Amino acid sequence: MELNELLEITRIEHDQTKPVQVRCCTAAGCLSSGSQAVKDNLDAAVKAAGLEDKIHVSGVGCMRLCCQGPLVQVDQESNKESKLFEQVKPEDSVKVIDAIEGKETNLKQQDLHQPFFTRQLPIVLENSGKIDPERIQSYIAENGYQGLYQVLREMKPSEVVETITKSGLRGRGGAGYPTGLKWATVAKSKGDKKYVICNADEGDPGAFMDRSVLESDPHRLLEGMAIAAYAIGASQGYIYVRAEYPIAIKRLETAIRQAQRLGLLGSQIFDSPFDFKIEIRIGAGAYVCGEETALMASIEGKRGVPHPRPPYPAESGLWGYPTLINNVETFANIAPIIRKGADWFAGIGTEKSKGTKVFALAGKIRNTGLIEVPMGTTLEEIVQEMGGGVPDGGIAKAVQTGGPSGGCIPASAFATPVDYESLTALGSMMGSGGMIVMDQTTNMVDVARFFMEFCMDESCGKCIPCRVGTVQLHDLLTKISDGKAAQADLELLEELCDMVKHTSLCGLGQSAPNPVFSTLKYFRDEYLALIR
Amino acid sequence: MTVKTLTINGQMISAREDETLLEAAQEAGVHIPTLCHLEGVGDVGACRLCLVEIAGINKLLPACVTKVAEGMEVNTNSDRLQKYRRTIIEMLFAEGNHICSVCVANGNCELQDLAIEMGMDHVSLEYQNPKRSVDTSHDRFAIDHNRCILCTRCVRVCDEIEGAHTWDMAGRGSKSHVITDLSQPWGTSQTCTSCGKCVNACPTGALFNKGASVGEMVHDRGKINFLFNARTKKEWNF
Repeated sequence: MELNELLEITRIEHDQTKPVQVRCCTAAGCLSSGSQAVKDNLDAAVKAAGLEDKIHVSGVGCMRLCCQGPLVQVDQESNKESKLFEQVKPEDSVKVIDAIEGKETNLKQQDLHQPFFTRQLPIVLENSGKIDPERIQSYIAENGYQGLYQVLREMKPSEVVETITKSGLRGRGGAGYPTGLKWATVAKSKGDKKYVICNADEGDPGAFMDRSVLESDPHRLLEGMAIAAYAIGASQGYIYVRAEYPIAIKRLETAIRQAQRLGLLGSQIFDSPFDFKIEIRIGAGAYVCGEETALMASIEGKRGVPHPRPPYPAESGLWGYPTLINNVETFANIAPIIRKGADWFAGIGTEKSKGTKVFALAGKIRNTGLIEVPMGTTLEEIVQEMGGGVPDGGIAKAVQTGGPSGGCIPASAFATPVDYESLTALGSMMGSGGMIVMDQTTNMVDVARFFMEFCMDESCGKCIPCRVGTVQLHDLLTKISDGKAAQADLELLEELCDMVKHTSLCGLGQSAPNPVFSTLKYFRDEYLALIR
Repeated sequence: MTVKTLTINGQMISAREDETLLEAAQEAGVHIPTLCHLEGVGDVGACRLCLVEIAGINKLLPACVTKVAEGMEVNTNSDRLQKYRRTIIEMLFAEGNHICSVCVANGNCELQDLAIEMGMDHVSLEYQNPKRSVDTSHDRFAIDHNRCILCTRCVRVCDEIEGAHTWDMAGRGSKSHVITDLSQPWGTSQTCTSCGKCVNACPTGALFNKGASVGEMVHDRGKINFLFNARTKKEWNF
């Protein structure tokens, strides 16, 4: 494979473009509301109308506004305005064709000029909803694999690391560790072999950012991983993806096969001496396997439990070799940074948090779905403007970020710009990007209890503070919630939270008390009201 | 081999560079409580009793797996650490059914010793009263899961010293438990060599010799250490 071959694929792909593009969302959200039947019927309707030369129907990835699915977007050469139809039923396919021909329809149409869409800045999701995730040509036509070519043919590994460092990209898995620094550490570690792992074990309640990237644009991940592998000197990669994501797994398998066939993965990629293979490892569904040491144990075929760090994976990871572990969204940022340069990326976002962040908006909010916004966008803008606020005249009370490791941010702090530091300062965290909006009807003790129940169920049981502590905390929260607790129980709750946080072995236990801390900080009166 | 100097509780000590804080402390006569640690088998850092404070590091680190470093300032006994340790022991007492008076290991139990050391006079947490079983299917030994604290010493000693790997863990969180083979009754295990190392390794009365009555259970730790030293250091003296 050479650059001109890539460009030839791009040319053919563009030449074949028909005047009308009908894109039907086939990501998990829309599929679950029947979008496969919608797409099949659209195909059939186009055939029946004899418009196959003019209209091309394709299954694409997530178009963001998941609550209104199935979504179908129509782009016409003759009409610059794209149309986004929502809640499309299989029997609506003829109406969609009619709408293309300019006839009146009663199909529900979404306003693409509303803030939910216009405020977004897609980098990670730039191809999501545009390309067919099951066709590599579709990705290549959007400059796909050009970053990898550039890296392999024009850059030294150290230059790649430097570019990522200069871009200011930080880990999107939640903790926000500088990506360039992590890469540099693994690059410098000595080992006969090195590994690259993509952590696709997303499991926070209410979070579906990574799933969307995997389902909508899998090649972006493969390209990012290959660039990382070249930068650190690895020749084997693993994608650890949860079994609950069958569509993502299927599309990843397809993508890997296609990339191998074109010589974009495997031996001597782009006729360079660089070899890189990627294999998928399917997790059996344990939340703790998102923790890097537990994840590696699981890949090694052992029981997925964490072990103390140091040694860090960068030094001694998979089977004792230096290993780079990054999250899906982190890898998804790599190819654009290479293509457009570190300065371009560093120009987006805030001083310490660069680029954009994908959030999964859920809960009591009008527009639930995916958004990608520049770092530094305020919670107010996200919840009220983009999310459209609470439906039926309700008032937003708090937003939960960071999943079970995060916390609840009260409405009074919605002016806060979203970046790693300010969320931590509020007692929450960025996490992987779940955002659950709560309204006045939500009881915050219940919220804390829900997340503690999650941690209790997902604790691996290895260390005592997490195994026993989460059970004790859950029981105390239940006691409070049931109105059977006394002041002493609240004190014990706080004491145990402190102990579990500081003595647990891994991140799951260390952060399990966070939802309790943050609800106690901002909504203490709700706890007190329940105490006898 | 380079030697490192560090302070533990203000006392200057020297240690070999490959030593853990726990080993260095023990050599210097500083006692750090542990439960999952067992000399001769690998450490897992799971019981969190040996957590220590190190100047300049925000997190508490387990002494059993933390290597010594030059100039390290370690505190093993702050009020905060003592409080956490006591809570850990209380949590164990609340989790299982540890009624010393009817336990075969009464008087020879590390959990009991630690409770006494921590000055624990009652359990201030809710008892969880889990439904746990007893397996007496083996000819010579038995396991009472109610007394198991999930330290995994038996798992490690069976795997690393005996090489049988009869024991392993199953279940998650509060449902974690040790199993023999693929969760078969111990007596039907095809891999168990009946060597009894697990029984000797157990810190409580969970694993015991059948027929031993209350207070009779003596753990012979020396055997495990002897095998470890014989294999790794070629020292054959008991």
